[in-house]
Amino acid sequence: MSSVAESGCRKSVGYQAGLLGAFTMLAAVFLVMGNIATRDAIARRRAEDLSASLGQVIPSDIHDNDLLDNALTVKDQAGAPVTLYRALHGLNVTAVAFQVTGQGYGGPIQLILGIGADGKILGTRALSHTETPGLGDKIEATRDDWIFQFNGRSLGDPPPERWAVKKDGGGFDQLTGATITPRAVVKAIKRGLELFESNRDAFLASAVVRQAQE
Amino acid sequence: MSPDYIRIARDGIWDNNIILVQSLALCPLLAVTGTATNGLGLGLATTVVLVASGVLIASLRGIITPEVRIPIFVLVIATLVTLVDLTMNAWMHDLHKVLGLFIPLIVTNCAILGRAESFASRNGVVPALFDGLMMGAGFTLSLVMLGAIREVLGSGTLFQGAALMLGKGFAFLQLTLIPDYRGVLLAILPPGGFIALGFILSGRRLLERILARRKHKRDPEQAATESVA
Repeated sequence: MSSVAESGCRKSVGYQAGLLGAFTMLAAVFLVMGNIATRDAIARRRAEDLSASLGQVIPSDIHDNDLLDNALTVKDQAGAPVTLYRALHGLNVTAVAFQVTGQGYGGPIQLILGIGADGKILGTRALSHTETPGLGDKIEATRDDWIFQFNGRSLGDPPPERWAVKKDGGGFDQLTGATITPRAVVKAIKRGLELFESNRDAFLASAVVRQAQE
Repeated sequence: MSPDYIRIARDGIWDNNIILVQSLALCPLLAVTGTATNGLGLGLATTVVLVASGVLIASLRGIITPEVRIPIFVLVIATLVTLVDLTMNAWMHDLHKVLGLFIPLIVTNCAILGRAESFASRNGVVPALFDGLMMGAGFTLSLVMLGAIREVLGSGTLFQGAALMLGKGFAFLQLTLIPDYRGVLLAILPPGGFIALGFILSGRRLLERILARRKHKRDPEQAATESVA
């Protein structure tokens, strides 16, 4: 075999196409194998993360179920699906938690909001956001206690028109140097409370009744 | 011809440093170097990919033809990065939460394609592995340096979150240099990254010049021949 013939063969379109095809196929095989090998572990990690953040907004002493077990899908004001996690004590729904989204300065702010059966906020936490480091990121519970001022509040406390930051004549503290971020958070939480109020009966209906209906 | 490992090491860390000399990979660089820890994390992840892609491409260099090499390199690198991402997400979840955002950014790091093209595809497996390590080390060093400067100026701390990323044993790295520091916001934002990078680049130039002048004084003849070469 002369090297000239070999390089001639390697120059052919067929070799090039075959080479590219083989590499693409190999890459696909490796990716599929990687996906299969890690899929379950990743799903487990996600569930752990979710139940950790749910645990922060629903105290463990008011429920005896796994919060991920009795989830429902409901529609919010705009018709978008929302996953509703329910805390059950026996068969009674003692609290619900769901995600709300606000439009912040740097993009959407995802919050998890826990509401007790009496309509009062049990807790709320920022799950993800892209606010300015050092200013807007004070909405994180690990950086500032700002987010805790919502605990125990409800749609009547303060009255709906005062659900705003102090700068806008409302009843909530703002953050120094950030205006849009706290506004977005307050608005998102208010929307979440309104969603709860207007669907209170459906959200709090006993789990057994619901299962029987389904 | 046996590869010159000292040359490779010098190239990677100083003479041909990805950031300080080639000025490549500025996109992930500016996005993540808000803290020294983040810089270290991205640097280490990039090093892993650099080494793995270098080894793979060097061992396949016999069958890859020059005409289709670029798509194949891109494919190999993208596959590697995706596998690293999946693996970390599954079994190093806490680390992934800190670094998760940066891992896909490694694909956009043209330095990796650059090394595949200019080194790994022309050298054996062992030199390619070494080159990946050294280039990665140089990249990591610059990232940590930039991150440290921005972190100290911006939040008055150093290696914040290192324990989260590297494990509890590294908690000693976390320092609060300036307590109750209000911070210079600019340093954390991307423009601060550009400014700090500018200072580092000119600092390196200055150092080079001083070293060259000293060499010149010590041995003018040799320096002259070297500069001609």
